[in-house]
Formats: sequence, structure tokens, C-alpha cells
Amino acid sequence: MPERIYGIRHHGPGSARAVVRELTANPPEVLLIEGPPEADDLVRWVADGGLEPPVALLGYAVDDPGRAAFWPFAVFSPEWQAIRWAVRHGVRVRFFDLPYAYRVAPGAGTGPVAPSPTAGDLGGAALNRTVLGRSALSGSALNRAALNKAALSGATPAAMIEPDPDEQVEPALDEPPLRPVDPIGELAAAAGYDDPERWWEDVVEHRGVPVFEAIAEAMTAIRETSPEDPDDLLREAYMRSVLREERRRHEEIAVVCGAWHVPALTRKVAVKDDTALLKGRPKGKVAFTWVPWTYGRLASWSGYGAGVRSPGWYHHLFTTGDDVVVRWLVDAAGVLRAEGVPTSSAHVIEAARLAEALATLRGRPLAGLAEVTEAAEAVMCDGEPLRAELIARRLVVGERLGSVPDDMPAMPLVRDLTAQQRSLRLKPAATERDLDLDLRQDNDLRRSRLLHRLGVLAVPWGQRAATRRGAGTFREEWRLLWQPEFAVRLVEGSMWGTTVASAATARVARRARDATTLAEVTELVELCLLADLADAYPPVLAALDTRAALDADVHHLMAAIPALARTLRYGDVRRTDVAGLATVTASLLGRVCAALPSAAGSLSDEAARQLRDGMDGVHRAVGLLADDSLRERWLGTIASLAARPGLHGLPAGRLTRLLLDAGRLDGAEVRRRLRLPLTVGTPPAHAAAWVEGFLSGGGLLLVHDEALLSLVDDWLADIPADAFDSVLPLLRRTFGGFDSGERRAVGERVAGGRAASADTAAAIDAERAAAPLTTLGALLGRRLTGTKGTA
Amino acid sequence: MTTLRPHAEDQYAEELALLAAADDRPRPPGWRLSPQAVVTYLLGDGAKITPKYVGPRRLMEVAVSTLATDRALLLLGVPGTAKTWVSEHLAAAISGDSTLLIQGTAGTAEEAIRYGWNYARLLAEGPTDAALVPSPVMRAMRTGAIARLEELTRVPSDVQDALITILSEKTLPVPELNTEVQAQRGFNLIATANDRDRGVNELSSALRRRFNTVVLPMPASADDEVEIVARRVAQLGKALELPEVPAALEEIRRVVTVFRELRSGMTEDGRTKLKSPTGTLSTAEAISVVTNGMALAAHFGDGTLHPGDVAAGITGAVIKDPVSDGVVWREYLETVVRERSGWLDFYRAARDA
Repeated sequence: MPERIYGIRHHGPGSARAVVRELTANPPEVLLIEGPPEADDLVRWVADGGLEPPVALLGYAVDDPGRAAFWPFAVFSPEWQAIRWAVRHGVRVRFFDLPYAYRVAPGAGTGPVAPSPTAGDLGGAALNRTVLGRSALSGSALNRAALNKAALSGATPAAMIEPDPDEQVEPALDEPPLRPVDPIGELAAAAGYDDPERWWEDVVEHRGVPVFEAIAEAMTAIRETSPEDPDDLLREAYMRSVLREERRRHEEIAVVCGAWHVPALTRKVAVKDDTALLKGRPKGKVAFTWVPWTYGRLASWSGYGAGVRSPGWYHHLFTTGDDVVVRWLVDAAGVLRAEGVPTSSAHVIEAARLAEALATLRGRPLAGLAEVTEAAEAVMCDGEPLRAELIARRLVVGERLGSVPDDMPAMPLVRDLTAQQRSLRLKPAATERDLDLDLRQDNDLRRSRLLHRLGVLAVPWGQRAATRRGAGTFREEWRLLWQPEFAVRLVEGSMWGTTVASAATARVARRARDATTLAEVTELVELCLLADLADAYPPVLAALDTRAALDADVHHLMAAIPALARTLRYGDVRRTDVAGLATVTASLLGRVCAALPSAAGSLSDEAARQLRDGMDGVHRAVGLLADDSLRERWLGTIASLAARPGLHGLPAGRLTRLLLDAGRLDGAEVRRRLRLPLTVGTPPAHAAAWVEGFLSGGGLLLVHDEALLSLVDDWLADIPADAFDSVLPLLRRTFGGFDSGERRAVGERVAGGRAASADTAAAIDAERAAAPLTTLGALLGRRLTGTKGTA
Repeated sequence: MTTLRPHAEDQYAEELALLAAADDRPRPPGWRLSPQAVVTYLLGDGAKITPKYVGPRRLMEVAVSTLATDRALLLLGVPGTAKTWVSEHLAAAISGDSTLLIQGTAGTAEEAIRYGWNYARLLAEGPTDAALVPSPVMRAMRTGAIARLEELTRVPSDVQDALITILSEKTLPVPELNTEVQAQRGFNLIATANDRDRGVNELSSALRRRFNTVVLPMPASADDEVEIVARRVAQLGKALELPEVPAALEEIRRVVTVFRELRSGMTEDGRTKLKSPTGTLSTAEAISVVTNGMALAAHFGDGTLHPGDVAAGITGAVIKDPVSDGVVWREYLETVVRERSGWLDFYRAARDA
């Protein structure tokens, strides 16, 4: 037979073994592999010892590295084993899948994907198909849901390339798949196997039938009844044309491709049909490189949707000859021992017995992953989920990280940074240099964002310097110093994304998810604002919501609110979209309102002070939010709190004051409450705290707030002479906290009589007032008009 | 027959007989059923055999395999995850006898696990076989049956360790008589332990090693849990001869939803995080809340289960610690329940309760 077509299961160790076996038995002259043809030149690196799987072929559009796709290979991937075999035996390797250039055709990436169902699949949709299908995948393809979802996100290229697999949107699986994602896996599932590899082992290998012929037959049967994916047809047309080309040159051809494609490659199709399908497709310019990959990213739980669930187990299956179960359990015991959990050989023996018993109970010839995992869990883990998780992480998935040779071409993240440095005229230099940014200017704003984003990626190229002059929010001073090790950090950062923005977004999102305290997340919210990471907002806000829900300390909750309110109110200075933040802030406030009453009981002096400060902050923030229903809710909460008898004096006084300012209490009621602390039933310390709470906030207010001053004045005058002696120390204590200037001003106001200021509020001369508006506008960075001049 | 609660092997005698008749797979020595049949008995077959445990099949398979490998089985879980229920049915299915039971308490003595003496006889006759009072474990060893030990972690550590010889050597020496009781094939031990008791009387590692641990989780999905609650409520109602109240599935679903959301600290739609109260909010508690509500509705209400009937029960179940749980419950009511459509009655009732 001149050509042999090996239909494999992607990342299936069983397939990998079989392929190598077949190749050794029937060495071909040329080897065709399902993969991007642009990467043909990179095959030679496989011979390099520095290229160690798991690695991935990374392809990206040269003019837009944000559009990229990965083709990962593990040591147990049949493609990898086939390539290795070919490189060792000097056989030419050729990737013969549809070129990636078709996927990044110009026009497809600049705007939303072309909606045409047939042409569109060559645009962003097809790209995503590749990203989600080929990179993720265990089957040679994808599913409709992933496709649709990805197509929708086509407008934002950064989303196409999973910047961080963990953040990747899970494809909605409820939509019917266009065709099986992992056809062999589904065959196995139909046969009642949860692990396709064991099905391969039991059903395919042990039957003694020629493996690949059996698979080809099964696939032919399946494809006859499955719907066809237009993208598959296109890819297969290309594959067939390459195959035809090779047929003219070689006799012995071996093809390694996903089992799904086998029937299509053997089918008789007229040459002109294929050429017609492929003709006139636009092509983009793409570049390829090898990047290190990890088993964690291969595994589905990193969010890939259709990934290999247990790369570590597959690695074990592929590299371990016999005693698979026992060796696995010995490894599991080793993992536990390394963590200080005493695990004896007796444990391993018992676990092996249990695994066998389970396999027998389930009527399986050999224990598989499910059995060994359950056995290890029952015998070695003592019911501690953490240990089971440890085994899953270290062994089932594995933490293996691949490596690429040092002399590999540059990463897209580095290219993106270089491009930005050029366009922002910000050259990296090994000498320290100060940079003064004016955020009102576009270029400076972009520079600031870039520096902030690099900071997120642990590339502290610029350090914030203390602002020397002015407190303007539009000034930012940086100290720049480029250090050689940043190159390494950038490569590390590449795992988060291919552009600085997307990588920073993914990094922030991850940090938000891993954050353990509310303060960390609030910090991230501000960071998102500074670095303009709009896409990171949803996960950060979600994390904020989560942390807020779990944080039982109302002080933390209260401390978080002011910063959020500031961001909400002033966020637009940086032209950032802060949608969603309002909802979270509102819910945070709701939680504070719910928790505040119980947090306000039995306070020590220190706690009372903390509470007062917190409530002050929240109160100011509520003012900034300008949301009437929130304000109502907050005022309602503090009103009921202020009326509570046992409340510590400091917050009680403070709340009364806040309510007075908000117009919730009238003068008479406040006067009544003011008098209460001075009656006999109140201990002096409480009274002192109350008065302090009420009047705190500086004497300046007292100077200018006529109503408040008269209220206090009336109250003082009302105090009976004999009680005044005992009240005096309290008052001294409070007023002693004011500046001497303020004290004098208060005194002058009281002595000067009240009427003095009554008629100073003269009519405003609109014309004169309009004169400085231009200057003010320049200072504030926004246009001011004089139409509401009298306001 | 006036037994309040018949033993599993009596109540389900018919099902057991049915399974035994159809069972053609090899049975481990001393077992009444094959392991596969035991799993079927526990999980039901969708026809004649009713499910006793609703949950992951693999857990029951691990449990049964464990007993078949002659390792002792430790069922671990928070209160109300059907540990005792499963152990009873396992014993009933495997040895046809679920009565060889020791209730572990802080006061459980070694005699309860090994053997005691009939002191009158001991004084009269000296140590003889007849004066010896065998423990359930000893009887199980003699007959080759499954013994059960409830709440293993409540038992003092020194008493726990009496099990080590029994489990590893499968023998119980009686030095006073210079004999021993050797376990017959089929003997095994199922212990249950409460997750919340962790660290009270931690098992010694020597003992721990003799057990395979199976952790029984809370029901995975709301539908599972509703099914469990509905079934048990119906059974309990029958057993307690409560007046017939149509078990309102809607109210059961509501109770289950509240319990699940508070337990997991997350609303069912996954949008809102919640604080969890200190109690466990187990399925068993949900069952008792609904049963209680039905009793209320039957005796004091109009005979149908209303939100108000369950609200008081729920509040009591959630608020175990008056201060912190109170906040949790209020926050839940205000942020989640209030805005949910169709829950207004429940919200009002719960707020007033």
C-alpha cells in the first residue's frame, strides 16, 4: 500500500504507541501531519534537545499578534511521536492542515467577523475554531458552541487567544455540537468507558485487529450520519490537495491526522471540487514559533472546554511499561510523603487491592484512572479533600513544564511591547531617567497605561516617583530603568497573553481570583483604572463581590467603599468605562447596611473610633454616589443605629450629626439628643465621647455652618448653671482638638452675634463670574460654560 | 406491629429476597449477596428495588469493594449525609443483620467493643465462657457478620485502639479464659464519623490505616436533594401517621434551595456569593423542617403546606448561633429572598418568624 493513513486520537497515548509501531514497521518516505504548514520549518527544532514537551506551536498574525492560536504537543501526543520518529530517521515531515494564514486573512480581524456563514468561517470564526479546537482539544475539532461564542468575541482579538486559559470562557455546552469533539472519546463513552484511553486499550489494541483500519471503519460509519462542518470540508480539501501533490513525488506516504478526517482523505473527490473550494481565499501573514507549554494548560480544568482531562495520567500510561496501577499508586504515595503525610507501603498495597476490587466490581479487565483515583482517595487520603486534590494536581494533571531552546525567535508579547515602545517614543534604557506625564495628553496617557500594565506583569520598568509639585490628578511622575532580567519576565508574561494589554488583563483577573482579602481586590479595581484594563473589570468586580460576601468584618467592607465611590465618580478623568462597578458598590453598601447594626454593639473606645472613621468614609462615599435609593438606605440604617440606646457615645454623636447634616433630624430633636448625654443617667465618659463625635470634623465647619453653630450655642446656653461645671471639661476636651485659629473664629462668631452674615450673600454678578471660567476650564481639563453662571 | 422503626433488613426483606434470587454473580464468603447486588440494593434499579442512597454511584462501589477486600470501612461526612443510613443498609444487605451496633459516645468503654462480664456469674463461677458477655463486635466475629460502630470519633482514643487487633489480626483474645475468638469469613466493621468532630478524638494512625475512608458528600444537585427530601418526608409522614398533607413540592424545593444556597455560600444561579451560617444545614435537617412544617399545617393550619409553615422551621435550622447566624440569615433574606419572584410570602413569613 503506497500510503497509510493513521487516524489518531489527539493526545492519546494509545494512538501514539500505535503510530510509532506502525511507522517502524512500514517506514514511509514522507510523513504528513495534521498541523499548520507554515510551521514546517520549525520541525527541525524537534531534533534539538532544548525542545522538551509539553510545547506548543504558537502561530500569530504578524501585524496583530493578538490573533494567535496554539497547537500543543505532549510527549504522548501521536503527532509529536510521529515527528520525532521522522526527525530521527531522516524522513521529511510536512504539516498538511489548512494554512493558518487563511485564518488571519486581512479584513477578518479589523472589525467584527464577516457574518456570511460560508465566508465567515474563514475569518475570525475559523480562527477561533482553531484556537479552541486544535489547541484545546482532544478531538480534532471543536463544537458549534465554542465556535459561536468565539465568533462573537471576534471583535476583540485579545479574547480569541486565550490570554490565560483559566479565564477562557467555557463554551456553552448546551447547544448541540456540530460534530463530535472527540469522536474516539464518544465511541468509548458509548461503550461505557469513562476513559477513552482504556477503551482504546481494551477494545482496539487487545482485539488483535489492525488498529487504524478498525478506527477508519468506525469513523466512516460515524461520519455517514453526522452533520458535516463546512470548516472541516475546507480543511480536508486542502489536506487532499497536499496528499495528491505528494503522491506524485513519493510512493510510501504516511499520514497522521485526527481519526475524524480519515474517511475524507480516502474518499474519492474530484480535483476541481477541492480547488474550487480553496480558490480565492484571502491569506494573512503569520509567524510561528515554539513556546513552552504545561500539562495544566492541556488539562480541561484550566478552562479549555475540550481538553485532555488527565495529561499526567496519560504521561504515566505512555512512559510506564507494566505495573501501571502499582507504579501510579507508588507515585501517589510519593506525592503525599513529599507533603509530609505519612504514607506507608501498606497503604499502597491496600490501595492496589481496592483498585482491583473496584475494577472487578465494575466488570473491567484492568483498573483505570477512575479506580486508582478512588482507591487512593479512600485508602491514602483519609477523606481529606486537600490530599485528593494534591494527587489530582501533581499526578493526574501534572505540573510538567516544557522548554524551548534559547535561540528560538522572539515571543509575540515582546514584539508587542517593542512596537508600543516605538510608537510611544519610550526607549528602554539601562540608565535611570525621570519621566513626567501629563495625563490630559493622549500620548502621555498611553505611556502611563503601558507602564502600569507592565507593572502588573511584574516588569517594573517604571517606578512611581513621589509627586514633587501639585496634587493634580493628571500628573504622574515615573522613574524609568530597564533591566536585562525583564526579558525573562516578559517570556513568563507570555503565558498570560500575547499583547501587553491582554496579558495584563489576564494577570489582573487571576490575581483577583486568588486574592484573599477585600483590600487586595479594591486595590486591583484602582489598578484596572490606572492601567485601563477594561476587560479585567468583570472578573475583578466578581472577585470584589465574592470577597465582600465572605468578608465578615464590616470595617473591611466600609474601608472598601470610599475608593470604589471615588472610582465611580471620577473614573471618567481617565476615560475608563466603569459599568458594573456601580452594581457592586451598591451591593457592598447593602452588605454594610445589613452588618452594621450588629457590628456596633459593645465597642471599646478604639473600636468606636474605627467605626466612626469607617462610617464617615462611607457617608462621604454615599454622597459621591449620587444615588437616592442608596442614600435612603444608608440614612435609614444610620438613623436606626443612632437611636439605639447602648451605642458607644462616639459613633452615636457622630451619627446624630450626620443625620442632622442630611436633614433627617430637625433642630429640636437634635437639641433633645444633645441634652441627653449631659443628664445624670449618663456616665461622663459616654457624654464626652458623644459630644466629641458630634462636633468632630474640625471647627471650621462650626465657623461657617450657621445652623450648627446656633444649635450648639442654644444648647450651651440651656445648660443649667450648676450642671455647667461638670460639662465644661467635656467641652474643653472637644474644643481642645480644634486649631487655635478655628477656636478664635468660633469665639468671634459667637461674640459677634448671628445677624452678621445674614445679608452678606449678595447677588452674584454673572458677567464678572464668567470671566475666570476659561482659566478654570483649562485647569480642570474640561470645558466650562457660563450658562449656569449663577449656580 | 407497633415498632416505630423496623430494621432495614425487615423493612426491605422483600427487595433483599428478590435480589438474592436473581443474583448469579460470585458472592464473597459470608455474604448474602454479590457486591454488584449490594450496590444495586443501595442505589435501586429503577424498578422493584427502591434507591436507599441518592448520590454518586462510585462512592457506593468504593464502599462495597472495601468491605469485599476485608478492609474496614469508615464513612465520613458532615451530620445528615446519610452515613448511618448507608451503614445500616450495607449491613442489612451483606449479612442480613443490621443490629450488631455500638453507639460511640464519650462514655463508650472497652467492654462495649470487646466483651464484658456478667458479674453475678463471674463471682459465682469464676471466669467461664458463660459469664462472658460478648459485644456486638464479638458476636459479629463469631457469626461472620458486619458490625457497626457509630460516631467512632466520639469514642475515647484508648478505647478506639481496642479495634486495632480486631481489624488487623481478625481475632479477639480473651486472656481471662486463655482463648480467643477468631473472626469468621464475612466479618467486617463499618464505622461512621462526623466531619465536625475532627480533632476531638482523632484516630491514631495505626487505627486509621485499617480503615478505607469514604466521604459522603452533600447531595450534588438540587433535584437530587428535593427527591431525597420528598421521599423521606413521605416515608416519615407514613411512619408517624401524620394526617395526610399533600407534600407541596414547591415548598420542599424552596427549603432545599435555601439550604443549598446557604450551605454552598452561593446562589443557585451562581451570581451572588453568600455567607454561610455555622450550622451544617444537612439534608436531614431539611427533611425535619419539611416534616415539621407538615405537622404544623396538618394540626394547626388548613391542611396545605404554606410558606409560613416552613419559615419558622428554617429560621430555627439556620440560626444556630444567635449573633453571627442572625446576620447571615438577615443578609440572605434581604439580598436574595426579597428580590426573588414568587418568594414574597416566604420572605414575609421568614422575616416575621
